Amino acid sequence: MLTSYLAIVPEIMLIVLAAIVLVYGRHPEGDRKRAVGLFTSWGILVVLLVTIGMSFAGVPGNVPEDLWGGMFRNDGVTLVFRVMFLSAALITSLITVDVKRLQHGEYFALVLLATVGFNLMAAASDIIMIYMALETASISFYILAGFATDHRRSPEAGMKYFVYGAFASGVMLYGLSFLYGLSGGETNIYALGDALSGHIQANSPILMLAAVFVIGGFAFKVSAVPFHFWSPDVYEGAPISTTAILSTASKAAGFSIFLRLFLAGAMGAPSRDNWWVLIVVMSILSMLLGNFAAIYQTNFKRMLAYSGVAQAGYILIGLAAFSDEGASSAIFYLFMYVFTNIAAFGVLILVSNVTGSDELSDLNGLSRRSPYLALVMLFALLSLSGIPPAAGFFGKFFIFRAAIDAGYWWLALIGVLNAFVALYYYFNVIKYIYLFRSDEEDKPIPVSRASAVALGLCMVGILYLGILPQGLFNWTQSVASAFLP
Amino acid sequence: MIPLSWYLIVAAALFCIGMYGILARRNAVAMLMAVELTLNAVNINLIAFWRYTDPSSSAGVAWAIFVFTVAAAEAAVGLALIISIYRQRESVIAEELDILKY
Repeated sequence: MLTSYLAIVPEIMLIVLAAIVLVYGRHPEGDRKRAVGLFTSWGILVVLLVTIGMSFAGVPGNVPEDLWGGMFRNDGVTLVFRVMFLSAALITSLITVDVKRLQHGEYFALVLLATVGFNLMAAASDIIMIYMALETASISFYILAGFATDHRRSPEAGMKYFVYGAFASGVMLYGLSFLYGLSGGETNIYALGDALSGHIQANSPILMLAAVFVIGGFAFKVSAVPFHFWSPDVYEGAPISTTAILSTASKAAGFSIFLRLFLAGAMGAPSRDNWWVLIVVMSILSMLLGNFAAIYQTNFKRMLAYSGVAQAGYILIGLAAFSDEGASSAIFYLFMYVFTNIAAFGVLILVSNVTGSDELSDLNGLSRRSPYLALVMLFALLSLSGIPPAAGFFGKFFIFRAAIDAGYWWLALIGVLNAFVALYYYFNVIKYIYLFRSDEEDKPIPVSRASAVALGLCMVGILYLGILPQGLFNWTQSVASAFLP
Repeated sequence: MIPLSWYLIVAAALFCIGMYGILARRNAVAMLMAVELTLNAVNINLIAFWRYTDPSSSAGVAWAIFVFTVAAAEAAVGLALIISIYRQRESVIAEELDILKY
Protein backbone atom coordinates (compact mmCIF):
# COMPACT_ATOMS: atom_id res chain seq x y z
CA MET A 1 0.00 0.00 0.00
CA LEU A 2 2.76 2.40 0.95
CA THR A 3 4.65 1.78 -2.29
CA SER A 4 1.54 2.77 -4.25
CA TYR A 5 1.47 6.16 -2.57
CA LEU A 6 5.25 6.63 -2.67
CA ALA A 7 5.14 6.16 -6.43
CA ILE A 8 2.85 9.14 -6.95
CA VAL A 9 4.41 11.50 -4.40
CA PRO A 10 5.58 13.98 -7.08
CA GLU A 11 2.09 14.13 -8.60
CA ILE A 12 0.45 14.56 -5.19
CA MET A 13 2.88 17.37 -4.38
CA LEU A 14 2.14 19.08 -7.70
CA ILE A 15 -1.61 18.92 -7.12
CA VAL A 16 -1.27 20.32 -3.59
CA LEU A 17 0.97 23.06 -4.96
CA ALA A 18 -1.59 23.85 -7.67
CA ALA A 19 -4.36 24.08 -5.06
CA ILE A 20 -2.28 26.46 -2.91
CA VAL A 21 -1.39 28.64 -5.90
CA LEU A 22 -5.01 28.67 -7.03
CA VAL A 23 -6.36 29.72 -3.63
CA TYR A 24 -3.74 32.28 -2.62
CA GLY A 25 -2.91 33.67 -6.04
CA ARG A 26 -6.36 34.60 -7.30
CA HIS A 27 -6.13 38.37 -7.49
CA PRO A 28 -2.56 39.26 -6.63
CA GLU A 29 -1.88 42.95 -5.97
CA GLY A 30 1.34 44.95 -5.94
CA ASP A 31 4.35 42.97 -4.74
CA ARG A 32 2.38 39.75 -4.65
CA LYS A 33 2.04 39.71 -8.43
CA ARG A 34 5.53 38.37 -8.88
CA ALA A 35 5.28 36.22 -5.75
CA VAL A 36 2.80 33.84 -7.44
CA GLY A 37 5.30 32.84 -10.11
CA LEU A 38 8.25 32.74 -7.74
CA PHE A 39 6.35 30.56 -5.26
CA THR A 40 5.37 28.18 -8.07
CA SER A 41 8.97 28.00 -9.25
CA TRP A 42 10.31 27.23 -5.78
CA GLY A 43 7.56 24.65 -5.34
CA ILE A 44 8.44 22.89 -8.61
CA LEU A 45 12.12 22.96 -7.62
CA VAL A 46 11.23 21.18 -4.37
CA VAL A 47 9.17 18.57 -6.28
CA LEU A 48 12.07 18.06 -8.69
CA LEU A 49 14.56 17.58 -5.85
CA VAL A 50 12.19 15.20 -4.04
CA THR A 51 11.76 13.18 -7.25
CA ILE A 52 15.52 12.90 -7.76
CA GLY A 53 16.10 12.23 -4.05
CA MET A 54 13.52 9.44 -4.04
CA SER A 55 15.20 7.82 -7.02
CA PHE A 56 18.40 7.57 -4.97
CA ALA A 57 16.36 6.05 -2.15
CA GLY A 58 15.09 3.35 -4.51
CA VAL A 59 11.73 4.70 -5.76
CA PRO A 60 11.48 3.69 -8.59
CA GLY A 61 13.80 0.75 -8.11
CA ASN A 62 15.44 -1.54 -10.64
CA VAL A 63 12.31 -3.57 -11.28
CA PRO A 64 9.23 -1.91 -12.77
CA GLU A 65 6.40 -1.55 -10.28
CA ASP A 66 2.87 -1.94 -11.63
CA LEU A 67 0.69 -0.06 -9.22
CA TRP A 68 -2.91 1.09 -8.84
CA GLY A 69 -4.36 -1.96 -10.56
CA GLY A 70 -1.88 -1.86 -13.42
CA MET A 71 -2.75 1.75 -14.27
CA PHE A 72 0.52 3.25 -13.21
CA ARG A 73 3.98 1.94 -13.94
CA ASN A 74 6.77 3.41 -11.89
CA ASP A 75 10.10 2.66 -13.53
CA GLY A 76 13.20 4.33 -14.92
CA VAL A 77 11.41 5.65 -17.99
CA THR A 78 8.83 7.36 -15.79
CA LEU A 79 11.66 8.91 -13.79
CA VAL A 80 13.54 10.28 -16.82
CA PHE A 81 10.39 11.85 -18.22
CA ARG A 82 9.37 13.22 -14.82
CA VAL A 83 12.71 14.99 -14.47
CA MET A 84 12.28 16.33 -18.00
CA PHE A 85 8.72 17.62 -17.44
CA LEU A 86 9.52 19.14 -14.05
CA SER A 87 12.57 20.92 -15.52
CA ALA A 88 10.41 22.26 -18.34
CA ALA A 89 7.72 23.43 -15.90
CA LEU A 90 10.36 25.01 -13.63
CA ILE A 91 12.05 26.98 -16.41
CA THR A 92 8.70 27.98 -17.91
CA SER A 93 7.33 29.31 -14.66
CA LEU A 94 10.57 31.24 -14.07
CA ILE A 95 10.31 32.97 -17.45
CA THR A 96 6.61 33.69 -16.81
CA VAL A 97 7.18 35.47 -13.47
CA ASP A 98 7.52 38.91 -15.06
CA VAL A 99 4.96 38.62 -17.84
CA LYS A 100 2.29 41.11 -16.79
CA ARG A 101 -0.81 39.56 -18.28
CA LEU A 102 -0.03 36.08 -16.97
CA GLN A 103 0.58 36.98 -13.33
CA HIS A 104 -2.45 35.07 -12.07
CA GLY A 105 -2.66 32.05 -9.82
CA GLU A 106 -4.85 30.31 -12.39
CA TYR A 107 -2.13 30.38 -15.01
CA PHE A 108 0.48 28.78 -12.78
CA ALA A 109 -2.01 26.30 -11.34
CA LEU A 110 -2.86 25.17 -14.86
CA VAL A 111 0.83 24.79 -15.72
CA LEU A 112 1.17 22.58 -12.63
CA LEU A 113 -1.90 20.50 -13.51
CA ALA A 114 -0.67 20.08 -17.07
CA THR A 115 2.61 18.85 -15.61
CA VAL A 116 0.68 16.30 -13.53
CA GLY A 117 -0.94 15.19 -16.79
CA PHE A 118 2.48 14.82 -18.46
CA ASN A 119 3.87 12.82 -15.54
CA LEU A 120 0.89 10.50 -15.61
CA MET A 121 1.21 10.13 -19.39
CA ALA A 122 4.80 8.99 -18.94
CA ALA A 123 3.75 6.54 -16.23
CA ALA A 124 0.52 5.27 -17.80
CA SER A 125 0.49 1.59 -18.62
CA ASP A 126 -3.22 1.22 -19.21
CA ILE A 127 -5.16 2.71 -22.09
CA ILE A 128 -7.80 4.19 -19.77
CA MET A 129 -5.01 5.94 -17.88
CA ILE A 130 -3.40 7.07 -21.11
CA TYR A 131 -6.64 8.72 -22.17
CA MET A 132 -7.27 10.36 -18.80
CA ALA A 133 -3.70 11.67 -18.48
CA LEU A 134 -3.76 12.96 -22.03
CA GLU A 135 -6.99 14.82 -21.40
CA THR A 136 -5.71 16.25 -18.10
CA ALA A 137 -2.82 17.80 -19.98
CA SER A 138 -4.85 18.80 -23.05
CA ILE A 139 -7.74 20.47 -21.23
CA SER A 140 -5.26 22.49 -19.17
CA PHE A 141 -3.57 23.56 -22.37
CA TYR A 142 -6.78 24.65 -24.10
CA ILE A 143 -7.14 27.21 -21.33
CA LEU A 144 -3.44 28.10 -21.20
CA ALA A 145 -3.48 28.83 -24.93
CA GLY A 146 -6.52 31.07 -24.65
CA PHE A 147 -5.48 32.67 -21.38
CA ALA A 148 -4.67 36.20 -22.55
CA THR A 149 -8.30 37.20 -23.10
CA ASP A 150 -7.37 40.88 -23.62
CA HIS A 151 -5.34 39.88 -26.63
CA ARG A 152 -7.14 39.21 -29.90
CA ARG A 153 -5.04 36.29 -31.02
CA SER A 154 -4.95 34.26 -27.81
CA PRO A 155 -8.62 33.15 -27.51
CA GLU A 156 -8.57 32.29 -31.19
CA ALA A 157 -5.53 30.09 -30.61
CA GLY A 158 -7.25 28.47 -27.63
CA MET A 159 -10.39 27.81 -29.66
CA LYS A 160 -8.45 26.31 -32.56
CA TYR A 161 -6.41 24.12 -30.25
CA PHE A 162 -9.61 23.03 -28.52
CA VAL A 163 -11.50 22.06 -31.66
CA TYR A 164 -8.59 20.22 -33.25
CA GLY A 165 -7.53 18.71 -29.93
CA ALA A 166 -10.98 17.41 -29.04
CA PHE A 167 -11.31 16.00 -32.55
CA ALA A 168 -7.92 14.26 -32.32
CA SER A 169 -8.59 12.80 -28.89
CA GLY A 170 -11.98 11.56 -30.12
CA VAL A 171 -10.31 9.83 -33.06
CA MET A 172 -7.63 8.32 -30.83
CA LEU A 173 -10.22 7.15 -28.33
CA TYR A 174 -12.19 5.46 -31.08
CA GLY A 175 -9.04 3.59 -32.06
CA LEU A 176 -8.34 2.63 -28.46
CA SER A 177 -11.89 1.30 -28.06
CA PHE A 178 -11.19 -1.09 -30.94
CA LEU A 179 -7.96 -2.25 -29.32
CA TYR A 180 -10.02 -2.96 -26.19
CA GLY A 181 -12.55 -4.96 -28.15
CA LEU A 182 -10.10 -6.84 -30.38
CA SER A 183 -8.01 -8.01 -27.44
CA GLY A 184 -11.12 -9.41 -25.73
CA GLY A 185 -11.39 -6.83 -22.97
CA GLU A 186 -7.79 -6.01 -22.08
CA THR A 187 -6.87 -2.48 -21.13
CA ASN A 188 -3.35 -2.90 -19.78
CA ILE A 189 -0.92 -2.18 -22.61
CA TYR A 190 1.34 -5.13 -21.83
CA ALA A 191 -1.65 -7.47 -21.70
CA LEU A 192 -2.82 -5.90 -24.98
CA GLY A 193 0.58 -6.62 -26.48
CA ASP A 194 0.34 -10.29 -25.50
CA ALA A 195 -3.27 -10.65 -26.61
CA LEU A 196 -2.85 -8.95 -29.96
CA SER A 197 0.36 -10.70 -30.93
CA GLY A 198 -1.04 -14.09 -29.89
CA HIS A 199 -4.55 -14.20 -31.30
CA ILE A 200 -4.88 -11.81 -34.16
CA GLN A 201 -2.73 -11.40 -37.21
CA ALA A 202 -0.77 -8.17 -36.95
CA ASN A 203 -2.12 -7.00 -40.26
CA SER A 204 -5.83 -7.68 -39.84
CA PRO A 205 -7.71 -4.75 -41.39
CA ILE A 206 -9.66 -3.74 -38.30
CA LEU A 207 -6.49 -3.70 -36.20
CA MET A 208 -4.80 -1.60 -38.86
CA LEU A 209 -7.71 0.84 -38.74
CA ALA A 210 -7.48 1.06 -34.96
CA ALA A 211 -3.71 1.59 -35.19
CA VAL A 212 -4.14 4.36 -37.76
CA PHE A 213 -6.63 6.15 -35.48
CA VAL A 214 -4.41 5.82 -32.43
CA ILE A 215 -1.33 6.98 -34.34
CA GLY A 216 -3.35 9.92 -35.69
CA GLY A 217 -4.20 11.03 -32.16
CA PHE A 218 -0.59 10.85 -31.04
CA ALA A 219 0.70 12.51 -34.19
CA PHE A 220 -1.58 15.40 -33.33
CA LYS A 221 -0.07 15.59 -29.85
CA VAL A 222 3.50 15.70 -31.15
CA SER A 223 2.51 17.83 -34.20
CA ALA A 224 3.76 15.45 -36.87
CA VAL A 225 2.59 15.80 -40.50
CA PRO A 226 -0.29 15.35 -41.49
CA PHE A 227 -1.65 16.36 -38.08
CA HIS A 228 0.53 19.44 -37.63
CA PHE A 229 -1.91 22.04 -39.02
CA TRP A 230 -2.86 23.36 -35.59
CA SER A 231 0.63 24.05 -34.37
CA PRO A 232 1.62 27.20 -36.32
CA ASP A 233 -1.66 28.92 -35.44
CA VAL A 234 -1.66 27.88 -31.80
CA TYR A 235 2.04 28.59 -31.26
CA GLU A 236 1.65 32.03 -32.74
CA GLY A 237 -1.53 33.01 -30.93
CA ALA A 238 -0.90 31.54 -27.49
CA PRO A 239 1.04 33.48 -24.83
CA ILE A 240 4.77 32.84 -25.38
CA SER A 241 5.32 30.94 -22.15
CA THR A 242 2.42 28.62 -23.01
CA THR A 243 4.05 28.03 -26.38
CA ALA A 244 7.35 27.31 -24.63
CA ILE A 245 5.97 24.46 -22.55
CA LEU A 246 3.51 23.30 -25.23
CA SER A 247 6.29 22.89 -27.78
CA THR A 248 8.57 20.95 -25.45
CA ALA A 249 6.95 19.09 -22.57
CA SER A 250 3.68 18.41 -24.37
CA LYS A 251 5.53 16.99 -27.36
CA ALA A 252 7.74 14.90 -25.07
CA ALA A 253 4.68 13.58 -23.21
CA GLY A 254 3.14 12.51 -26.51
CA PHE A 255 6.33 10.66 -27.37
CA SER A 256 6.45 9.00 -23.95
CA ILE A 257 3.12 7.33 -24.72
CA PHE A 258 4.22 6.57 -28.28
CA LEU A 259 7.27 4.78 -26.92
CA ARG A 260 5.48 2.68 -24.33
CA LEU A 261 2.50 1.74 -26.45
CA PHE A 262 4.46 0.80 -29.56
CA LEU A 263 7.36 -0.95 -27.91
CA ALA A 264 4.90 -3.00 -25.84
CA GLY A 265 3.38 -4.12 -29.14
CA ALA A 266 -0.06 -2.98 -28.02
CA MET A 267 -1.07 -2.60 -31.67
CA GLY A 268 0.62 -5.74 -32.86
CA ALA A 269 4.31 -6.15 -33.54
CA PRO A 270 5.69 -3.69 -36.12
CA SER A 271 6.44 -4.91 -39.59
CA ARG A 272 6.83 -3.56 -43.07
CA ASP A 273 3.19 -4.26 -43.90
CA ASN A 274 1.49 -2.54 -41.00
CA TRP A 275 1.66 0.72 -39.05
CA TRP A 276 5.45 0.83 -38.96
CA VAL A 277 5.34 2.23 -42.51
CA LEU A 278 3.08 5.03 -41.31
CA ILE A 279 5.67 6.16 -38.78
CA VAL A 280 8.39 6.26 -41.42
CA VAL A 281 6.18 8.21 -43.83
CA MET A 282 5.13 10.64 -41.09
CA SER A 283 8.75 11.14 -40.12
CA ILE A 284 9.90 11.94 -43.66
CA LEU A 285 6.93 14.23 -44.41
CA SER A 286 7.32 16.06 -41.09
CA MET A 287 10.97 16.79 -41.75
CA LEU A 288 10.35 17.96 -45.31
CA LEU A 289 7.25 20.05 -44.69
CA GLY A 290 8.50 21.49 -41.38
CA ASN A 291 11.84 22.60 -42.74
CA PHE A 292 10.63 23.98 -46.04
CA ALA A 293 7.65 25.82 -44.55
CA ALA A 294 9.84 27.34 -41.83
CA ILE A 295 11.96 29.08 -44.45
CA TYR A 296 9.09 31.36 -45.45
CA GLN A 297 8.03 32.52 -42.00
CA THR A 298 8.48 36.07 -40.79
CA ASN A 299 7.02 35.50 -37.34
CA PHE A 300 9.50 33.95 -34.94
CA LYS A 301 6.95 31.83 -33.08
CA ARG A 302 5.53 30.53 -36.33
CA MET A 303 9.00 29.68 -37.56
CA LEU A 304 9.68 27.75 -34.37
CA ALA A 305 6.34 25.97 -34.82
CA TYR A 306 7.40 24.64 -38.22
CA SER A 307 10.84 23.90 -36.81
CA GLY A 308 9.03 21.92 -34.09
CA VAL A 309 7.21 19.90 -36.78
CA ALA A 310 10.59 19.08 -38.32
CA GLN A 311 12.04 18.15 -34.91
CA ALA A 312 9.11 15.76 -34.40
CA GLY A 313 10.17 14.19 -37.69
CA TYR A 314 13.73 13.63 -36.43
CA ILE A 315 12.45 12.08 -33.20
CA LEU A 316 10.14 9.78 -35.18
CA ILE A 317 13.28 8.39 -36.86
CA GLY A 318 14.33 7.19 -33.40
CA LEU A 319 10.95 5.48 -33.02
CA ALA A 320 11.01 3.98 -36.50
CA ALA A 321 14.39 2.40 -35.70
CA PHE A 322 12.40 0.38 -33.16
CA SER A 323 15.29 -0.54 -30.91
CA ASP A 324 16.49 0.28 -27.39
CA GLU A 325 19.04 2.59 -28.95
CA GLY A 326 16.36 4.37 -30.99
CA ALA A 327 14.14 4.82 -27.94
CA SER A 328 16.98 6.09 -25.78
CA SER A 329 18.19 8.54 -28.41
CA ALA A 330 14.62 9.82 -28.82
CA ILE A 331 14.44 10.43 -25.06
CA PHE A 332 17.84 12.16 -25.15
CA TYR A 333 16.66 14.34 -28.03
CA LEU A 334 13.50 15.35 -26.18
CA PHE A 335 15.55 16.20 -23.10
CA MET A 336 17.89 18.52 -24.93
CA TYR A 337 14.95 19.96 -26.90
CA VAL A 338 13.36 21.11 -23.63
CA PHE A 339 16.36 23.28 -22.74
CA THR A 340 16.94 24.46 -26.28
CA ASN A 341 13.45 25.50 -27.23
CA ILE A 342 12.57 27.08 -23.89
CA ALA A 343 15.80 29.11 -24.13
CA ALA A 344 14.70 30.47 -27.51
CA PHE A 345 11.20 31.29 -26.25
CA GLY A 346 12.60 32.75 -23.01
CA VAL A 347 14.67 35.28 -24.94
CA LEU A 348 11.65 36.02 -27.12
CA ILE A 349 9.49 36.73 -24.05
CA LEU A 350 11.98 39.34 -22.82
CA VAL A 351 12.25 40.93 -26.26
CA SER A 352 8.53 41.01 -26.88
CA ASN A 353 7.87 42.48 -23.41
CA VAL A 354 9.66 45.54 -24.79
CA THR A 355 8.62 45.54 -28.44
CA GLY A 356 5.09 44.19 -28.00
CA SER A 357 5.23 41.73 -30.91
CA ASP A 358 7.11 38.58 -31.89
CA GLU A 359 8.26 39.13 -35.46
CA LEU A 360 11.75 38.22 -36.59
CA SER A 361 12.45 41.91 -37.16
CA ASP A 362 12.01 42.51 -33.42
CA LEU A 363 15.33 40.75 -32.97
CA ASN A 364 17.16 43.34 -35.08
CA GLY A 365 20.34 44.50 -33.42
CA LEU A 366 19.82 42.29 -30.37
CA SER A 367 23.56 41.59 -30.15
CA ARG A 368 24.26 45.27 -29.57
CA ARG A 369 21.22 45.83 -27.42
CA SER A 370 21.71 42.90 -25.03
CA PRO A 371 24.76 40.82 -25.91
CA TYR A 372 24.03 38.10 -23.34
CA LEU A 373 20.48 37.53 -24.58
CA ALA A 374 21.87 37.36 -28.09
CA LEU A 375 24.37 34.75 -26.93
CA VAL A 376 21.65 32.59 -25.35
CA MET A 377 19.60 32.82 -28.53
CA LEU A 378 22.68 31.98 -30.60
CA PHE A 379 23.27 28.80 -28.62
CA ALA A 380 19.59 27.86 -28.77
CA LEU A 381 19.65 28.21 -32.55
CA LEU A 382 22.94 26.31 -32.86
CA SER A 383 21.41 23.55 -30.78
CA LEU A 384 18.24 23.46 -32.88
CA SER A 385 20.27 23.22 -36.05
CA GLY A 386 22.55 20.56 -34.57
CA ILE A 387 25.96 22.24 -34.47
CA PRO A 388 28.50 21.43 -31.75
CA PRO A 389 29.21 22.44 -29.01
CA ALA A 390 25.45 22.77 -28.47
CA ALA A 391 23.36 19.80 -27.31
CA GLY A 392 21.46 19.46 -30.57
CA PHE A 393 24.48 17.98 -32.28
CA PHE A 394 24.50 14.90 -30.09
CA GLY A 395 20.72 14.72 -30.19
CA LYS A 396 20.80 14.33 -33.95
CA PHE A 397 23.97 12.21 -33.87
CA PHE A 398 22.44 9.60 -31.54
CA ILE A 399 19.18 9.49 -33.52
CA PHE A 400 20.92 9.00 -36.87
CA ARG A 401 23.32 6.45 -35.39
CA ALA A 402 20.37 4.47 -34.02
CA ALA A 403 18.71 4.51 -37.44
CA ILE A 404 21.90 3.32 -39.16
CA ASP A 405 22.47 0.58 -36.57
CA ALA A 406 18.92 -0.63 -37.14
CA GLY A 407 19.61 -0.79 -40.88
CA TYR A 408 17.67 2.28 -41.99
CA TRP A 409 20.60 4.25 -43.34
CA TRP A 410 18.36 5.87 -45.96
CA LEU A 411 16.16 7.33 -43.24
CA ALA A 412 19.24 8.77 -41.54
CA LEU A 413 20.37 10.20 -44.88
CA ILE A 414 17.03 11.98 -45.37
CA GLY A 415 17.40 13.33 -41.84
CA VAL A 416 20.91 14.65 -42.47
CA LEU A 417 19.87 16.34 -45.72
CA ASN A 418 16.96 17.95 -43.92
CA ALA A 419 19.28 19.22 -41.21
CA PHE A 420 21.15 21.11 -43.94
CA VAL A 421 17.92 22.75 -45.11
CA ALA A 422 17.19 23.73 -41.53
CA LEU A 423 20.55 25.51 -41.25
CA TYR A 424 19.25 28.15 -43.64
CA TYR A 425 16.39 29.45 -41.55
CA TYR A 426 18.11 29.12 -38.20
CA PHE A 427 21.06 31.11 -39.50
CA ASN A 428 18.64 33.61 -40.96
CA VAL A 429 17.60 34.44 -37.39
CA ILE A 430 21.25 34.80 -36.38
CA LYS A 431 21.58 37.30 -39.22
CA TYR A 432 18.78 39.40 -37.71
CA ILE A 433 20.45 39.29 -34.32
CA TYR A 434 24.08 39.96 -35.26
CA LEU A 435 24.07 41.80 -38.58
CA PHE A 436 20.93 43.91 -38.75
CA ARG A 437 20.81 47.23 -36.92
CA SER A 438 17.91 48.89 -35.14
CA ASP A 439 17.28 52.42 -33.88
CA GLU A 440 17.01 51.29 -30.29
CA GLU A 441 20.41 49.71 -29.86
CA ASP A 442 21.29 51.98 -26.96
CA LYS A 443 18.33 50.72 -24.91
CA PRO A 444 19.20 47.34 -23.36
CA ILE A 445 16.37 44.90 -22.75
CA PRO A 446 15.57 44.58 -19.03
CA VAL A 447 16.23 41.09 -17.66
CA SER A 448 14.81 40.19 -14.27
CA ARG A 449 16.67 37.85 -11.99
CA ALA A 450 14.08 35.07 -12.45
CA SER A 451 14.49 35.20 -16.23
CA ALA A 452 18.27 35.31 -15.88
CA VAL A 453 18.18 32.17 -13.72
CA ALA A 454 15.87 30.43 -16.22
CA LEU A 455 18.04 31.30 -19.21
CA GLY A 456 21.15 30.36 -17.21
CA LEU A 457 19.64 26.93 -16.51
CA CYS A 458 18.90 26.51 -20.22
CA MET A 459 22.45 27.49 -21.16
CA VAL A 460 23.88 25.04 -18.61
CA GLY A 461 21.63 22.34 -20.04
CA ILE A 462 22.55 23.09 -23.65
CA LEU A 463 26.30 23.23 -23.02
CA TYR A 464 26.44 20.33 -20.57
CA LEU A 465 24.53 18.01 -22.91
CA GLY A 466 26.56 19.33 -25.83
CA ILE A 467 29.96 18.73 -24.26
CA LEU A 468 29.36 15.79 -21.91
CA PRO A 469 26.34 13.93 -23.37
CA GLN A 470 27.46 10.54 -22.05
CA GLY A 471 25.96 10.96 -18.57
CA LEU A 472 22.40 11.49 -19.77
CA PHE A 473 22.71 9.17 -22.73
CA ASN A 474 23.92 6.27 -20.58
CA TRP A 475 20.98 6.91 -18.27
CA THR A 476 18.40 6.96 -21.05
CA GLN A 477 20.00 3.90 -22.61
CA SER A 478 19.94 1.91 -19.39
CA VAL A 479 16.28 2.74 -18.70
CA ALA A 480 15.26 2.12 -22.31
CA SER A 481 16.91 -1.30 -22.42
CA ALA A 482 15.62 -2.28 -18.99
CA PHE A 483 12.05 -1.03 -19.13
CA LEU A 484 10.93 -0.65 -22.72
CA PRO A 485 10.37 -4.21 -23.93
CA MET B 1 -29.39 -11.68 -29.08
CA ILE B 2 -28.49 -8.81 -31.39
CA PRO B 3 -25.06 -9.42 -32.88
CA LEU B 4 -22.15 -7.25 -31.78
CA SER B 5 -21.61 -5.90 -35.26
CA TRP B 6 -24.92 -4.02 -35.19
CA TYR B 7 -23.80 -1.94 -32.26
CA LEU B 8 -20.44 -1.30 -33.89
CA ILE B 9 -22.17 -0.14 -37.09
CA VAL B 10 -24.36 2.29 -35.15
CA ALA B 11 -21.27 3.57 -33.36
CA ALA B 12 -19.36 3.91 -36.63
CA ALA B 13 -22.26 5.83 -38.18
CA LEU B 14 -22.45 8.13 -35.18
CA PHE B 15 -18.70 8.65 -35.31
CA CYS B 16 -18.85 9.56 -38.99
CA ILE B 17 -21.70 12.03 -38.39
CA GLY B 18 -19.62 13.60 -35.63
CA MET B 19 -16.55 13.83 -37.83
CA TYR B 20 -18.58 15.35 -40.64
CA GLY B 21 -20.00 17.87 -38.19
CA ILE B 22 -16.58 18.94 -36.95
CA LEU B 23 -15.25 19.33 -40.46
CA ALA B 24 -18.28 20.89 -42.13
CA ARG B 25 -20.18 22.99 -39.57
CA ARG B 26 -19.31 26.65 -39.37
CA ASN B 27 -20.75 27.42 -35.98
CA ALA B 28 -18.38 26.74 -33.07
CA VAL B 29 -21.20 25.52 -30.80
CA ALA B 30 -22.30 23.03 -33.45
CA MET B 31 -18.71 21.84 -33.74
CA LEU B 32 -18.69 21.28 -29.99
CA MET B 33 -21.84 19.18 -30.31
CA ALA B 34 -20.21 17.16 -33.08
CA VAL B 35 -17.25 16.46 -30.80
CA GLU B 36 -19.68 15.11 -28.21
CA LEU B 37 -21.18 12.83 -30.87
CA THR B 38 -17.82 11.24 -31.60
CA LEU B 39 -17.24 10.64 -27.91
CA ASN B 40 -20.68 9.05 -27.58
CA ALA B 41 -19.88 6.80 -30.51
CA VAL B 42 -16.85 5.65 -28.55
CA ASN B 43 -19.06 5.02 -25.53
CA ILE B 44 -21.38 2.77 -27.53
CA ASN B 45 -18.33 0.90 -28.79
CA LEU B 46 -16.95 0.47 -25.30
CA ILE B 47 -20.18 -0.72 -23.74
CA ALA B 48 -20.86 -3.13 -26.63
CA PHE B 49 -17.37 -4.60 -26.47
CA TRP B 50 -17.63 -4.87 -22.70
CA ARG B 51 -20.96 -6.70 -22.86
CA TYR B 52 -19.90 -9.12 -25.60
CA THR B 53 -16.29 -9.87 -24.70
CA ASP B 54 -15.70 -9.36 -21.02
CA PRO B 55 -18.87 -8.74 -18.95
CA SER B 56 -17.27 -10.06 -15.76
CA SER B 57 -14.74 -7.24 -15.47
CA SER B 58 -15.77 -3.63 -15.10
CA ALA B 59 -13.05 -2.01 -17.24
CA GLY B 60 -15.29 -1.15 -20.19
CA VAL B 61 -18.09 0.45 -18.17
CA ALA B 62 -15.65 2.31 -15.96
CA TRP B 63 -13.93 3.61 -19.06
CA ALA B 64 -17.23 4.79 -20.54
CA ILE B 65 -17.95 6.69 -17.32
CA PHE B 66 -14.53 8.34 -17.56
CA VAL B 67 -15.19 9.25 -21.18
CA PHE B 68 -18.40 11.11 -20.51
CA THR B 69 -16.92 12.80 -17.46
CA VAL B 70 -14.07 14.06 -19.61
CA ALA B 71 -16.55 15.04 -22.33
CA ALA B 72 -18.41 17.20 -19.82
CA ALA B 73 -15.18 18.88 -18.70
CA GLU B 74 -14.21 19.42 -22.29
CA ALA B 75 -17.58 20.97 -23.12
CA ALA B 76 -17.22 23.36 -20.17
CA VAL B 77 -13.79 24.52 -21.31
CA GLY B 78 -14.93 24.71 -24.93
CA LEU B 79 -17.95 26.87 -24.09
CA ALA B 80 -15.75 29.13 -21.97
CA LEU B 81 -13.42 29.64 -24.93
CA ILE B 82 -16.37 30.28 -27.24
CA ILE B 83 -17.70 32.91 -24.82
CA SER B 84 -14.34 34.66 -24.60
CA ILE B 85 -14.23 34.83 -28.39
CA TYR B 86 -17.83 36.01 -28.59
CA ARG B 87 -17.07 38.88 -26.20
CA GLN B 88 -14.34 40.10 -28.53
CA ARG B 89 -16.00 39.68 -31.89
CA GLU B 90 -19.74 39.14 -31.41
CA SER B 91 -19.50 36.00 -33.51
CA VAL B 92 -19.01 32.27 -33.07
CA ILE B 93 -18.55 31.43 -36.75
CA ALA B 94 -15.39 29.43 -37.24
CA GLU B 95 -14.54 30.94 -40.61
CA GLU B 96 -14.26 34.36 -39.07
CA LEU B 97 -11.45 33.20 -36.80
CA ASP B 98 -8.85 34.16 -39.35
CA ILE B 99 -6.28 36.38 -37.69
CA LEU B 100 -3.93 33.44 -37.48
CA LYS B 101 -2.97 32.01 -40.82
CA TYR B 102 0.08 31.43 -42.93
